[in-house]
Formats: sequence, C-alpha cells, structure tokens
Amino acid sequence: MDWSAIFLSLRLATATTLILLVVGLPLAGWLALSSRRGRWAVDALVALPLVLPPTVLGFYVLVALGPRSPLGSAYEAITGNTIVFSFQGLLVASVLYSLPFAVQPFAAAFAAVDRNLIETAWCLGASRVRTFTRIVIPLARPGIIAGVVLSFAHTVGEFGVVLMVGGNLPGTTRTVSISIYDDVQAFDYARAGRTAALLLAFSFLALALTYRLQRRSGRAWPLTS
Amino acid sequence: MAPHLVASFLQRHGPAVSVQADLELEGANNPVMVLFGPSGSGKTTILRCLAGLDRPQAGFIRCGEDVWFDAAAGIHLPPQQRRLAYVSQDYGLFPHLTVEQNIRFGMDAALSDPRDRIETILRTVHLEGMAARLPTQLSGGERQRVALARALAREPRLILLDEPLAALDLPLRDPMRRELRQFLRAIAVPSVVVTHDRVDALTLGDRMAVLSGGRIRQVGPVHEVFSKPVDLAVAASVGVETVVPGEVVESTNGLATVRVGTSLVHVAQAALPLQSVFVCIRAEDVTLETSERRDVSARNQWPGRVTAIQQEAGVVRVTMDCGFSLSALITRPACDQLRLEEDSAVTAVVKATAVHLIPRDNPA
Repeated sequence: MDWSAIFLSLRLATATTLILLVVGLPLAGWLALSSRRGRWAVDALVALPLVLPPTVLGFYVLVALGPRSPLGSAYEAITGNTIVFSFQGLLVASVLYSLPFAVQPFAAAFAAVDRNLIETAWCLGASRVRTFTRIVIPLARPGIIAGVVLSFAHTVGEFGVVLMVGGNLPGTTRTVSISIYDDVQAFDYARAGRTAALLLAFSFLALALTYRLQRRSGRAWPLTS
Repeated sequence: MAPHLVASFLQRHGPAVSVQADLELEGANNPVMVLFGPSGSGKTTILRCLAGLDRPQAGFIRCGEDVWFDAAAGIHLPPQQRRLAYVSQDYGLFPHLTVEQNIRFGMDAALSDPRDRIETILRTVHLEGMAARLPTQLSGGERQRVALARALAREPRLILLDEPLAALDLPLRDPMRRELRQFLRAIAVPSVVVTHDRVDALTLGDRMAVLSGGRIRQVGPVHEVFSKPVDLAVAASVGVETVVPGEVVESTNGLATVRVGTSLVHVAQAALPLQSVFVCIRAEDVTLETSERRDVSARNQWPGRVTAIQQEAGVVRVTMDCGFSLSALITRPACDQLRLEEDSAVTAVVKATAVHLIPRDNPA
C-alpha cells in the first residue's frame, strides 16, 4: 500500500477539518441564527461545491492561486514558493470543496436549537457571542460532530480538485485516491484493491458513526439546511 | 426607591395586526401586574417588547431613570442591558447545564462569593441539595422554581413571566400558584405576568390589564376589573361575575363563612384557614326574590336594592347593592314578573355551592 499517500491524505483531512471548524462554526452560526438580508446568496455560495464538478472548482482555484494571479504572486513573494502544486494549495482547495459538508450540518444543528433558550440567555445578560459558545454550540454538539466526520471523510476521498490544484507529486500532493488511480493506470490491481478496500471501510465507518450520532440526537442531517 | 415602569408603544405585525400598549407599573406597593386576555390578543408581544426581544415601531419604554426604548430618539436597549428576568412558558432552562450552572449563568461574574448566593437563592425556592441536578431530573414544579431562582439571581429590576403555570399538570397548579404569589410578593420586584387563566389572574395579580384585539381595554385592581368590566370586550374576556374581596371568619363542617363588606357569605368549601379571599359569584347563579323566604335550601339570602338594570341579548342584567355590588342575570319575563326597577327592594338568593373562593395571602 502507498503509505505516504495515506498519511498525506490523513494530514490534509485533519488540517482541512480544523480550518473548517474555525471558519465553519461562525459562518454556520451566522447562517442559521441571523435573518439578515443576503443570507440566501451566502447559502447558495456555501452549497456550490455540492453541485459543481470538482474540476471546475479546481480550475478556478488554480487560476486564482497561480503564479500570475495577485494572490499567487503575493504568496510567492512572501514565502518564496508557489502555492499551486503544494500542500498549502491543496489545503485551500480542500477547505473550499468541503465547506458545505461542514457548514450545512453545523447550520442545521444550530437552527434546531430552541430559539427560546437563546432569547433566555440574552435576557440573562449573555452577549451574542457568549450565548453562541455557552448555549448554542454545546446543544448542537451532535450536528457539529457530524459535520467534522463528514468533512474529514470527504477530504480523504477527494480526487478531482486535488488533481487540478495539487498535481501528482509523491509525498507532497499525491493523496490516496490519486494513488489508487495511478495503480490502476499501472495495472497494479492488487495494490489498488487494497487501498480501495481501506478507503471503503473508512468511509463506511465514518458514515455509520455520523448516523449513529444523528439517531441519538433524534434529528436527521438534511443536505440543504 | 423601587423602579417604576412606564411603557407606551405600538408594535405592528403587518397592516391589519397591531398591538398598542400603555402600561404603568408602580414599584412600591402593588408589584404584580397581570396581562390578561385570550390567545392572540397581544400579551406575549407586549412582554417581548418589554424584554427587548422585539422592537416596537413607535412609543417609549422607561424603567426608573433609564430609557429602554424610544422610537423618536432611536434608542433600543438590547435585552442584555435591561437587567430584567424573562421566564418563558416552558421556563427556558438550559438542558445541558445543572441547576447551579443555570442559576450562575445570569449572575454577575464579578460577584465575590457566588456559591453563598446560589445557596441562599436555592433555599428561597426550596431547592436545597438540588444544585447538581440536570433539568431533566426535576419535576415540573421544581423546574419552575429553578427558573424563578435563576431570575432572582440576576437581581432584576423587572420580572416578566409568560404563562408561568401553563406547563404544569393540573393537580400541581393550585399549590404552585399560591407559591408563586408568595414568591412574587416576598421578592418585591415589579413583575408582569401574562396569563389567560382567570384563577391565575386573581391569585397572582395586584393589578391587571385586560387585552383584547391588540389593545389594553382596562387597567385596575384585579377584583375591580372582574366585577366592573368597562365594556363588552372586557366583559367577554374576563367572563362576567362578581368578584369581591372578603375575609374568612369561620370554617366548619365544610361550610365557610366569609365577611364581605357588611354581609356574610356562606360557601361550601373544605376546611380553610381564616384569611383573605376573593369571593366569586357568577351572575347566572344568582336568583332574585322580592322578599326573604324561610324554606329554601340556598344558604345565602341577601336583601338589598337594585342599582342598575341593563338589557342584554335575551336577558336582563340586574346589579344590586346588598352590602356589596352583586350582578344577577335573569330573563325578561322574570324581570317583568318581579316588577324590578331601579331602587326597588330585592333579595338575592345564592347556593353555597355556587360561590367560589380564591385565597389571597394579603388583604386586597
């Protein structure tokens, strides 16, 4: 088995999930709990990766982060490296691609928190931020765990975006799904089969865990909130 | 000096529905104001505006020296800055926090010894030793007490209670109602209680405001509003009956005697302590006679004089003075047969079982 690819995928998924927690929780909180205008546009934007072909997303990330783009050249000026075809570039693409898989379960769980409890917390003097961290997040925990599991599993299995943005550099950007693709290209079906079986088992376990958590908390995770 | 709440505001929900509230709440003597009305009459809207959860379109809300809301000046303090306690219908206890954590949530973080204070408060609401329980491990009555304890811990300037007894099972309601009244009197913080239940209103309130169709129709002492509704809308929502304050002077053999003004009222009622009560008599339970009789089963016969006769749909409402003001609902032919007119002498006959008492812990 291609252990370096497996470790790379795990590293990428862990980093992606952590970033999604930091970015996704406030974003989902805003989506679920505010009634501000323009919410629908952000809703649609977050859900975009669900319907967009990964190659399209990857293409735009590639263009946006390429050496001739403002972002890409700024990054290169600071670090001395290009961001595309690197782990960091892969990370940016993964975060964008897995965004709905984190934000939607988060937002669904936040929206299911009894509005009454939120207002009670406000009347007890708790700021919006304190209400969010002390009341909303703890009560939405099953949904947050679901979002974490799903975005982690989704990142481990991604292919198209990785190929577009990361290329196929062993140890740097060759993830587990690309390694399977390479094995098949090289007619090494036995090796591809072992890696595929591992990924299958992992994905099943991740989903089983998610649904188990949903069942205990008594609500299903809708794809669109 | 206790704060004084003055509120006058308008909240629109679309072109057809609006709620207009004009309220004044004295801090000192009569701290409990009941907002009474059928569902949909705008009670909860008023409470939410007072709490700062909804923003009215026009008007102002002032508490003591502070301006909580002023549409003209563009002031709208969020609930966090109003230092009030809002207890929702289902109490709003945080299910993932223990009793102690729930109470502590609303307390001033700068407090030097919160533990002592929490224990004092738990004693006040008779929940000693329950600090570590989760809300799911409590009965309905205990949950209400935790909600009250949490409200009290905040040292609020105003307490808002939305249908505080609606979530309780029927047998629990009676004792909890009395407990709540004692609690509200003891803490002496001005409170606004929303209810659609007549007994709640009579037990809990010092004053009441009757809402109908998004407007406050009448404000006054509770028994007065019940006895003397100013218009038909109020009469329809409070259900017309005579409500007068009295004192239980005797209670034996399932029959209580209550002094009301200069008259005595006999009531079929299980043993009752000698205390203040509201005496409630429905107008349709009052029979009128031209003179006193000896051979009747009814325990109450009050001679008096007719003070007013009003025609209503198919019936006649006779108001008489028999030591207190009493309404009777009789038919047209009965009225003609008795030849009733203003100032004629008449005797009201009421069975002891038709009189209801609502205990009060203080002279009203």
